[in-house]
Parts: sequence; structure tokens; C-alpha cells
Amino acid sequence: MTRLPGRGVVDRTAPLKFTFDGRELTGFRGDTLASALLANGVHQVATSIKYGRPRGILAAGVEDATALVQIEAPFPEPMLSATTVELYDGLVARGLPGQGKLAAEPDPARYDAKHVHCDVLVVGAGPAGLAAAAGASGRVLLVDDQPEPSGEIPDGVGFLSRTTAFGVYDDGFVLALERRGENAAPERISRQRVWRIRAKRIVLATGAHERPVVFPDNDRPGIMLAGAARTYLNRYGVLAGQRAVVFTTNDSAYAAAFDLADAGARIAVIADARDTVSARLGEAAAARGIEIRTGHGVVGTAGGDRITSAVVAELGATQGDRFACDLLLVSGGWNPAVHLFSQARGTLRYAPELGAYVPDGDLQAVRVVGSAAGEGLPEAKVLWQVPAAESEVDTRFVDLQRDATVSDVLRATGAGLRSLEHVKRYTTIGTAHDQGKTSGLLAAGITADALGRDLAGQRPTTFRPPYTSVSFAALAGRNRGDLHDPVRVTALHPWHVEHGAEFENVGQWKRPWYYPRPGEDREAAVLRECRAARTGVALMDGSTLGKIDVQGPDAAAFLDLLYTNLMSSLTLGRIRYGVMCGVDGMVIDDGTVIRVAEDRFLVTTTTGNAAMVLEWMEEWLQTEWPHLRVFATSVTEHWATIPLVGPRSRAVLAKAAPGLDVSNDAFGFMTWQDAEVAGIDARVCRISFSGELAYELNVPSWHGITLWEALLAAGAEDGITPYGTETMHVLRAEKGYPIIGQETDATVTPQDLGMSWAVSKKKPDFLGKRSFTRAENLRPDRKQLVGLLPQDPAVLLPEGSQLIETDHVPEPPVRMLGHVTSSYRSAALGRTFALALVRSGRERVGQTLYVPVGDAVVPVTVTESVLFDKEGTRRDG
Amino acid sequence: MQLIPCPWCGPREETEFHYGGQAHVAYPQDPAALSDDDWAKFVFFRANPSGPLPERWTHSAGCRRWFNAVRDTRTHDLLAVYRLDEPRPVIP
Repeated sequence: MTRLPGRGVVDRTAPLKFTFDGRELTGFRGDTLASALLANGVHQVATSIKYGRPRGILAAGVEDATALVQIEAPFPEPMLSATTVELYDGLVARGLPGQGKLAAEPDPARYDAKHVHCDVLVVGAGPAGLAAAAGASGRVLLVDDQPEPSGEIPDGVGFLSRTTAFGVYDDGFVLALERRGENAAPERISRQRVWRIRAKRIVLATGAHERPVVFPDNDRPGIMLAGAARTYLNRYGVLAGQRAVVFTTNDSAYAAAFDLADAGARIAVIADARDTVSARLGEAAAARGIEIRTGHGVVGTAGGDRITSAVVAELGATQGDRFACDLLLVSGGWNPAVHLFSQARGTLRYAPELGAYVPDGDLQAVRVVGSAAGEGLPEAKVLWQVPAAESEVDTRFVDLQRDATVSDVLRATGAGLRSLEHVKRYTTIGTAHDQGKTSGLLAAGITADALGRDLAGQRPTTFRPPYTSVSFAALAGRNRGDLHDPVRVTALHPWHVEHGAEFENVGQWKRPWYYPRPGEDREAAVLRECRAARTGVALMDGSTLGKIDVQGPDAAAFLDLLYTNLMSSLTLGRIRYGVMCGVDGMVIDDGTVIRVAEDRFLVTTTTGNAAMVLEWMEEWLQTEWPHLRVFATSVTEHWATIPLVGPRSRAVLAKAAPGLDVSNDAFGFMTWQDAEVAGIDARVCRISFSGELAYELNVPSWHGITLWEALLAAGAEDGITPYGTETMHVLRAEKGYPIIGQETDATVTPQDLGMSWAVSKKKPDFLGKRSFTRAENLRPDRKQLVGLLPQDPAVLLPEGSQLIETDHVPEPPVRMLGHVTSSYRSAALGRTFALALVRSGRERVGQTLYVPVGDAVVPVTVTESVLFDKEGTRRDG
Repeated sequence: MQLIPCPWCGPREETEFHYGGQAHVAYPQDPAALSDDDWAKFVFFRANPSGPLPERWTHSAGCRRWFNAVRDTRTHDLLAVYRLDEPRPVIP
């Protein structure tokens, strides 16, 4: 019987059933999984990661290093400490051998986040935290990781229980995780909530963690921090053992020993590392018949799934007396929980009387109070490890979770490592889920001793967020699934969905990729769509094209500075293709510009670059050219844009827009007109991204579907075919038109793309111009855009493939000539083809180069980038 | 997460801002008149002090306006924030 009647604060009227390692057990509301296991006499919780040794429950809080469990139900979660899992009915858990596994099922629970601002944030509702909260003025928020505070919450103070502040960041920003309840219906309330707190001042009352002492076989179940055993007894009413040995370096373990003795446990012996013990403690022990051995420590233990005995010896000796026991309480002193203070960039100082680091003065906005500041902690004899006999297998565990021993530390210092940060990385001490709360300082102390140094001169390893582990689900909050990232769809999206389009993500846009007919795969659908565009008529949804309205008296002058070609000479009604470069001369975007009025232009950008181009414009207008009177406004969503493409497009347009003279003379290439199409006011541009006769129809987006359906109807007898982005890519690639971001990668100039024709020689300056004459940009061996024809017309080159000069892969280093940027099957060419950036590419036209693909090396012929209709005879129909 | 005091909006979280590199690096009056070296200095070279550095920032998820800030690169403290048309303040 380990649960004592009448002790603790668990609710005995509320029994909870739970399952651990397949055993059905019972605990009470108010238990943690650890206290409930101890109440059921279960000490071994897990096995260790490296050596498979049985491990139990070391602590009663977040500092625990051994009681690692996986929650199976109701909400699967790996790698939690049993000491921090609140017990609830129906909990199913099992012990872990060091590593958990992510659940295969999606987590059905909800997670969310809340923002809060306050004047004072107090972390920790122990006595010091409550006092600080009572004394604070303004909006005060108090958070504590336990279910209940240690006392009354002062009036007017906001309080969050079960809430762990796990990160302190700049300017009073604190993240805290609130555990809101496992039984909450998942559709109604979040399971966990991340509080994003912005506090003017922060008071840290985070308490202290007891630290162990290292000795041989210090890892058996039943070896527990003294304070933890006291917590299990007084808070949970659980007597962790019947016969205990106590090993301490300070006074605090005596309180645990006396409480356990008074509750009925037998204290076999107290081994106190100090030479003397106060008369008060000596008398109190004597009154209970407890033997104290000063100058002694534990030098070994025995046991299997639970400790059965401990050997107590004079410090320095390796042989001593063996005491039978089922519990070994250890206290090596107390470490102030300075984690959050250190995260806030507070500096720490070594306090030799505590054997621990304490805050070295408060920060401007961060104050530390109570045990966390080192106040009221018992003085301790500094003892990191008990001198022990050499043994073949070292069982002096420093980090119980990582199975790292004293020998591992000595191997690190022996290898020449001096910095604690290096020792930490070499030994992995302090890198497990517990982040070394009990082991970090031991490792520091043992390292310092090995190097003959003083901890006062050592910097402790840096504490980084999170203080305790936080699940990704909690951090993601509601930003998952459909809410992970905004999804942008065009006005025509419902039609695409209805007609079975496969979609492609382009930035946040969903774009129709291709429209498979029954039985068609992608390849077949794309070949069919391409044929329709080249031989009949086809249309696509081009609404995602970035569109920027640029207006103002200086709009023309502004565009002249931005584009490589001259835009101010563009006359009303005409369209010009333009290229934009950075000041380094590299292409950043391209698109068409139409002049709507003397002082107004409509600029189009690559779908994925629309926001970047608008910001680019704003940057120059605000920072360098504030004298230019220009406004740039995104109008991407205002317009539905539909390219109508193919030899029959003129006939279809004529049918849909009877009032429009569509003849080549009246409506020439690179001009635009406002016209009524299908009864809607539309702007019709004669531009072509396919090389075919083509029109781009723009209407306000709410008329998009009307226009789309009208064009489908007008083109029905010509077999009008909707096509997606894949066909668009094939058509443009056959014509050698680059896609910015696919053919280019911020190292490609307009000249590299063979677009010198788009670079003005008249303009005195524009962005990028001066860079074109830099020596680097004039090198003849720059990579240039060319076409590639695999000599086997059926072979499709993978995009990204490298090009080499030899028909076999030579010994490394292999000289790479460039890479494949685009690669498709062409219906028009009746074969595969590719675009590539190749060193001195234009000089190599006609040459054979080679592309390693897997184990094969594919011979390809270099061609000009334009592979279809080089003369451009098709664009006028 | 640091607060950045936008001169128009007041203090806002740093994720609302974009960094724009060193401030007071004017686009050359006549790029064509510069040597390759001088042009390369404008395009590629920026100061990298350990200490105060005047920088350009834009409140891209807010008012979308650019401003200058003097930031101590050692501490990330923003020592001064000022509008583009204001001179660089003297930092004591």
C-alpha cells in the first residue's frame, strides 16, 4: 500500500482508470502519470536509450530525466515525461526506450494561440511569485505550470494555471504553453494554447531544481531526488518506498527523510557528505532512530527493475556497508531555474555556497525572485560525483537520458575539449528532451575538475528556448491544413474544378495544370491541348498574371528607369514586352506593358513575381526617386485574363465580338483595343506567348466566367480546348520564350537569354545598364540560353540535368557546361526537346553535348533556343 | 521577437518588416561615368561594422513605407529611427 490515506491533495472521490504498458491501473484526479504509477508500485517506467537499463522516476516535475513515456490515447504524443502528464480517465501510455515515434494518425485535437499584453508578467505561482504579483501594479498576469497555485491569487491579477512559460525573447516577448484539458471535446475547445505575451516587465519566480550526485549504478528505478519523494508524499499521498537510504550534501534532504519516516517508511541510513551536521538535525534524526553517517556517500547499488540495496562508504573509500532498501533519496543541492533569465540574456554567476549558477543582477525589464535568484536555498557541500573504484563498464551516469557517463566526459576532456559547449556536443549531455536540467551542471563540474579549473571562471552552456518541450502541433496552432497558407484562386476556379482540371501550385495560386479527358494521363492530355492550340483554337485562365497599374505624370519616365527597354515611346493602344533587371544587371522579371493613357500604364508580371515587382517599384519610388510623381497599385485580382490561342482564334473572337474588326490590318500584333466581347466591356490585347495567332481578353473578374463560357460556345464548332499551365509551358518553350525563375536564377542577363534586342541603347541609364559592361558580364563563356534536341527523339531529359562535353562521365572533377532548365514532349515537333543554359551556348549550336541521366549518358544536339516557327509566320494567323 | 518602431505606425513586431540593407548608399548620379571598380563598390560592397549601422527598413506588412534606422549590430538595439528625408541622427 503506497497511497496513504488522508495525505496529499488528490481527489479521492474521483478515481481515474488508465493503462500503462498494457496494465490497467487506477489513480485519482490530481495525480500525474508518475505519481499514479508510484501509487501502484510501478517504479520502472522505461529502459535507457543506449544500454537498455531499467529507468524509473527521478523527479516530480519538468526536470525529470528518466520517466519518458509515449501517450497512445486519447491524443497520441511521443516523448513526454510521466512527471508532467496530468492523469486523466482513459489515458493509455507506455514507457519509451529513449525515443518515441510520431503517430501515424493525424492529431484530432485542436490547438490555438492567443495574444496578450500586460504591464507585469510573473512566471511561477510559488510564494515568491505570488508575493511579486501582489506587489505589482498595472495589468498583471501570473502563469504557473501546475494545476493549482501555492496560495491565493491576489485580487486583480490574471492567472493562467497549467501554463509553462517556455521562451523569453526580445522586448518582453514571452511564449507560454497552456494545457487546457485532455477531456475537452476536440471540436469545441483547444487542447493546448500558445500564449504570445508581450510584457513591459517580467518577474521570474521559477524556483529551483534539485540536482543529484553521480555514483556507480546511480540510475536504478527507486533512486529519486529527495525533494521529489517529499512531493510525492505530501502532494499526492504516495509513499515511494518502505525502506529508504538517503544520500545528501545539504540540509534539505532531511526534511524528506523525516516526512517519509513520519509517514511510516524506514530510513535505513542518512549518508551525509559533509563532515558535520547541525545539532538540530542530529537530534531530530535521533528522535526517529535514524542513523547519520557524516563524511559518507553512496558508492554503489544493486537491483533490477527496482533498487534492492545501496553501499554507503566513507568518501574516498570504495568499500562500505550495504543497506537493503527499495528507495534511495539523493540530494546534491539546488540549482536555481535560471533558464528563462538566461534566455533573456541575463548573465549568471557561480555561487560556490550553492554549487550552482545564479543571476548576476537583474536586467532592466527582467527581475528574478525567490529560489530562482538563489534566495533561501540550502548551502551544500559541492560534490558532483563520489570517488569510485575503476570498473570495466562505467555506470556513473551524468545524463541518464543520454546514457552518458563520467567516462564520456573524461574522454571529451582527454580529447582536448575545453569549452563546456564542446563537451556538451561531444558527449550529448544536456541535449535530450529534459535539456540537461539535472545533468548540465554535473557535467560542468566534472569537466572543471578534470581540467583543474574553477566553475567561477567557466561560462555555463547557453540556455535556449524552449524551456520544456513543445509539440509542433501546438506551435502550428490553427495554421495547418487549409489554414496553413492562404490559397488564391481565380474567378474561373469553380469551372476548372467542375471540369476535372488537375491543379498546380504556383506560389499561393491554384492554377489548372491540364484538363485530362477520361483515360488520359498527363502526357496524353498535354499533347492534345498543344495540338489544339497549334492547329485549331484553345484558351486558358491567365488571371494569375501579375498586373500593376502605374500612373502619374512621371509614370513613363519611371518605367524607362525600371525596364531595360524604352517604354516612354510606347504610343496609346500599343503593347511592348519588357525586361527588368537588378542593379547587378541580372534579369528579375519580364512582362508586357500597355499604355492606357498619357500618364497611365498597365504592367504585367510573372505570376510568382507580382508582389516582388510591386515592392521593387515602391522601393525605388520611396527611397531613390521620391521626386517622381507615380503611384503603383496591384490590380491582379481585378481582372480575369483569358488568352485565346490558335489559328482559329480570330474566327472565334469575331463570333464573340461582332462589333470588333479583328482583321490583321485593323488589329495588329502588339496592339490592344477596348471592345465589347459577349456583351461585356473587355480589353483585348494581341499578344502571344505561344507563337500562334492569339488574343488576350481582360474583363473585370466578376465577368470572367461569362466571358469564358461565351468563348467556349463561340469556339465549340472549332473544337475549342481549354489548356493548363503545362501546355502553356510547352508552347512557349517551343518558341524559346524563357520563364523568369525557371530559365533564370539571378545570374542571367538579358544578353545571356539572347534578348539584347530588348535592351535599349538609347536610354542614358536604367537599372542594370552599367553592369552590362562589367568584365564579368562580357565574358564569352557565360552561360547562354539554347535549345537541346536529344538524339533519340523519345528521350525526355530530366529538368536540372547537367551537361558535359564527353560521351562518358570522366573522373572527377567533372567540368559542367550548364544545365537543362525546361524539358518537354512536343506535339508540334513530334519529339522531345529542352531548353538549357550552356557555357558559350550560342557558339555551340550544332555541337553534340552529353547529359548524364542515371547510369546512361544521353547525347544531345545544341540548337538555337527557338525550335518552332523560327520565322514567326504563325503569329498573324 | 523584437519590436521595431515604425516612424508612422509605432512599435510593431519584427515579422512585419523587411530589411533593405545599408542606408545612405545613394544610386550614383551618372553610373556610366564610374569605373568598373567604383560601380562594383556601389553594387556589391556594404559596410559591416561591429556597432551602429544605418539601415533601410520597410514596414512591408503594415504601412508599406520605407524608413531608416540605426541598429547596433552587436545587440540589435535600434538606436534611432528616422524618415528617409531626415539626416542620420547623431548617436551619442
